Amino acid sequence: MTLAAAANETLAHQSNVLVYSAMAVYTLAFLAHMAEWVFGSRSKVGRTAAALTGEATAPAAVTVQKAQQGGGTAVLERPKIVTRSVSGSRDVPDGPGAHGGTEKGDLYGRIAISLTVLAWALHVGGVITRALSVQRAPWGNMYEFSTTFAAVAVSFYLLLLVLKKNVRWIGLPLVTTVLLDLGLAISVLYTASDQLVPALHSYWLWIHVSCAIISGAALYLGAVATLLFLFRDRYEDKLTDPDGPQPGAFAVSVLERLPSAASLDKFAYRINAIVFPLWTFTIIAGAIWAEAAWGRYWGWDPKEVWAFITWVGYACYLHARATVGWKGRKAAVLGLIAFACYLFNYYGVNIFVTGLHSYAGV
Amino acid sequence: MATTTGTPREPDTGAAAASDAGGDLGAAGSQLSTAPKEDISFPSLGPIGWARWFWRQLTSMRVALLLLFLLSIGAIPGSLIPQTSIDPVKVEQFKSEHDTLGAIYDKLGMFHVYSSVWFSAIYLLLFISLIGCIVPRTWQFVGQLRGRPPAAPRRLTRLPAYTTWRTDAEPEAVLDAAQRMLRKRRFRAHRAGTAVAAEKGYLREVGNLVFHVALIVMLVAFAVGSLWKSEGGKLVTEGDGFSNSLVQYDDFKSGPFFDTDTMEPFGFSLKRFVATYERTGPQKGTPRIFRADISYFTGADGTEHHRSIEVNSPLDIAGNKVFLLSHGYSPVVTVKDGRGKVVYHGAVPFLPQDPKNFTSTGVVKVPGAQTKDGKRNQLGFNGLFVPTFGGKNSGSMFSQFPAPDFPVLAVNAWHGDLGVDSGLPQNVYQLDTKRMKQYKDAKGNIFKKMLMPKDRLERGVRQHAGVKGGLTAKDVAADSTMQLPGGQGSITFEGIKSWASFKITHQPGNGLALTGAVAALLGLAGSLFIQRRRVWVRAERVEENGVGVTVVEMAGLGRSESPRLPDELGHLAEALAPHAPLAPEPPAAEAADEDPTEPTDSADPADPSEGARA
Ligand code: HEM
Repeated sequence: MTLAAAANETLAHQSNVLVYSAMAVYTLAFLAHMAEWVFGSRSKVGRTAAALTGEATAPAAVTVQKAQQGGGTAVLERPKIVTRSVSGSRDVPDGPGAHGGTEKGDLYGRIAISLTVLAWALHVGGVITRALSVQRAPWGNMYEFSTTFAAVAVSFYLLLLVLKKNVRWIGLPLVTTVLLDLGLAISVLYTASDQLVPALHSYWLWIHVSCAIISGAALYLGAVATLLFLFRDRYEDKLTDPDGPQPGAFAVSVLERLPSAASLDKFAYRINAIVFPLWTFTIIAGAIWAEAAWGRYWGWDPKEVWAFITWVGYACYLHARATVGWKGRKAAVLGLIAFACYLFNYYGVNIFVTGLHSYAGV
Repeated sequence: MATTTGTPREPDTGAAAASDAGGDLGAAGSQLSTAPKEDISFPSLGPIGWARWFWRQLTSMRVALLLLFLLSIGAIPGSLIPQTSIDPVKVEQFKSEHDTLGAIYDKLGMFHVYSSVWFSAIYLLLFISLIGCIVPRTWQFVGQLRGRPPAAPRRLTRLPAYTTWRTDAEPEAVLDAAQRMLRKRRFRAHRAGTAVAAEKGYLREVGNLVFHVALIVMLVAFAVGSLWKSEGGKLVTEGDGFSNSLVQYDDFKSGPFFDTDTMEPFGFSLKRFVATYERTGPQKGTPRIFRADISYFTGADGTEHHRSIEVNSPLDIAGNKVFLLSHGYSPVVTVKDGRGKVVYHGAVPFLPQDPKNFTSTGVVKVPGAQTKDGKRNQLGFNGLFVPTFGGKNSGSMFSQFPAPDFPVLAVNAWHGDLGVDSGLPQNVYQLDTKRMKQYKDAKGNIFKKMLMPKDRLERGVRQHAGVKGGLTAKDVAADSTMQLPGGQGSITFEGIKSWASFKITHQPGNGLALTGAVAALLGLAGSLFIQRRRVWVRAERVEENGVGVTVVEMAGLGRSESPRLPDELGHLAEALAPHAPLAPEPPAAEAADEDPTEPTDSADPADPSEGARA
């Protein structure tokens, strides 16, 4: 009995060491990302502007279907597909990414990703040892929730990289916020590893809370893309209107390297649209659990209210995208508001509002 | 619209570009969604025109969006301001602390937001809008299912995904093969002129309609649940029981349509309540296990079954659910009166005043007590119970730990008229001392005593109370009985039982709500993951340098978010290619800038993407 307890304490201690080490490596990754952005800023290509003013190369969104220009007869091996963006949107190619096409920038970017992978491994190790030390799902209090949340967000990012998606641009904002989140977790929210209060003894904890964490982590990536979309869209707008105010040099240097507004918007939409049903399921699972624990599936407890507000917020976002006059920036703002509601439900409701969901441990 | 090409825009595409994905494609692009058309023009007709306009506004996407937004804003205050339905005590406290604000909030229904007029108005309008939206969309969708995919637009090059090649196969053969190929891939496909028109992904619209209908189902389930529900509380001490009839409840509330005659016959009794707490570490005192071991019966036969109820596992019985809510201690006392007769013996539930360590208060009322000489002398005792006493030197009567490690009951006594005969209902946890006198000792001090349970004293158990070496009974007056002055009787602390309080709920509509939720989820998945798209294949014979060749064109159109469409079109084209083998391209110089299939369009340089390509 005491032996087991001691073993658990060792594990809990190891978990802390792993999380601290992960933070150290994330910090290195952060610095490498900064280097990537700095070296990348030295390439002066001005791609977006060129594409928008239509003087230079063909927009990437249009693949030329004619096989050859130079006379003679050509045999196509297979039919070539021409894509055209929908009328009403700009044909702007994606930026080159933080490294701006420079070799040095790219090198630092790769270093940053390698470091992120290492930090992620330590981080996940920290979460797992914590779970082992308490022999339950590591989601009993805000400390555990925060560390898991960040681990899942980084996992998604790495998964998208493995799938060869164009997501390197999210590296710096992600690593920065992961550091903030972990810093907050170890300083303010820290709770020593321990057992759960009886109200949390239920397999619905696994289902409901894991879905909440996965949803939140994915929605976070969507929110970052949405925020960057707002900047990038304004930037492209300014470029298309040569008579209006032009973006400053710093803004150009940073925004030019991001994916096009259309790509960012699409990325955000896809994440939000995929996660929305999962979030819906999270709420339903929570309602079933509440029915089992408290005898009513819905009781307007503050946590429930904010989950509902978040849900309606994302429904607003999805509706806005289907409503003329609301797609684009207005929908993006709604998406950000919806994510802010998610965050408030986590930090705000746990810390400032008392309700039945009292697991904050702070 | 923002695409600048430097060339004048074709008049008919200019306006359409602002609208939907297929806006400039005429019939081919329309009806890919059943979303209502936006209409912000003003009515010109009289009352009917206005009514129609109003209805159209209410059922527009714009207003649905607005109402959704209002709904989320409207839900906020209820999470920040105390709500009567959740914590009435807090509401009263808030009102007494904030005079004017409390009054204003009261007027606005801020203490019961989710049943307030304005909140109800928002969601009712939203649901009217929803019904007004679903009905026409369903009809429209049924129309689309009965009709056929719209014919190919004149210029397929304008579509988001396009491909073309030449072949020596006959157009008829190509089209037949295309139709077969598309049908095999579960497209609805038909021939129209020189083209095959095909469409797939109708389940998206079905999913969307199912989702929105499911929202209504959930609202109905919610309404049924709150109109027909019943909910009551019952506190049961170990050894006691409960049976389901109105008089047995400590408190009971029900929806307006609940009929008390239909209450199901069932009951249970509490055999034992088990609670354990963390004993060491920073979370000392945190509960670990709460378990009520009960036996229950249902229906007329009355057979006993054994089970335990825990926080997350209620007892499901005869359409009702029994939940474990909270627990506490019931000191068992014996009261003798002046004649030496036992006038009360039983367990008295005490209510915890401190939810962590269970410092609890309670009263014992003994209406049948008499004096030595047989005069009526009702007795009342005020008690303070701590499961773990801090020791004599702790200076306070606050419990140190929630488990009964070192239980002490402090009592003082009253006599006179309890007021229980007045017929008015009385609070069983409070003594009405208006017509009572407190027992005092000779010096005029309040007569009180700390008691330890008799059963433990007899066993001589050494109490540890979390302190090394432990406390012993010597630390308090090691006595279990308080004698009243003047031989007016005595009270003995016999032992301790636990009580558990249960919530018994009957809520119809749960199944319906769950069905609605699952349907909503499935519908949503269909609506968000399935792409609705159209594909056209055109095959026409053209003469080139006196030689006939077949030009095949394929194009696809999806909703605005259809990233996989070009890939899919590529696969379709590859599947068709064996039936229409690729023939050599003509010399490019001749047709470099123009669509080879549409020589008549050569005067039209306005296509934005072509312009950009130049
Ligand atoms: C009760 C509140 C409502 C909620 C929670 C809600 C939620 C949603 C969600 C999440 C979607 C996204 C699914 C998708 O994009 O396919 C959606 C789509 C849609 N909703 Fe609602 N909705 C509500 C009320 C309404 C109302 C009142 C209308 C009628 C004006 C409406 C019309 C539509 C339409 C037409 C779409 C499909 C948009 C498209 O074609 O992309 N909804 N709704």
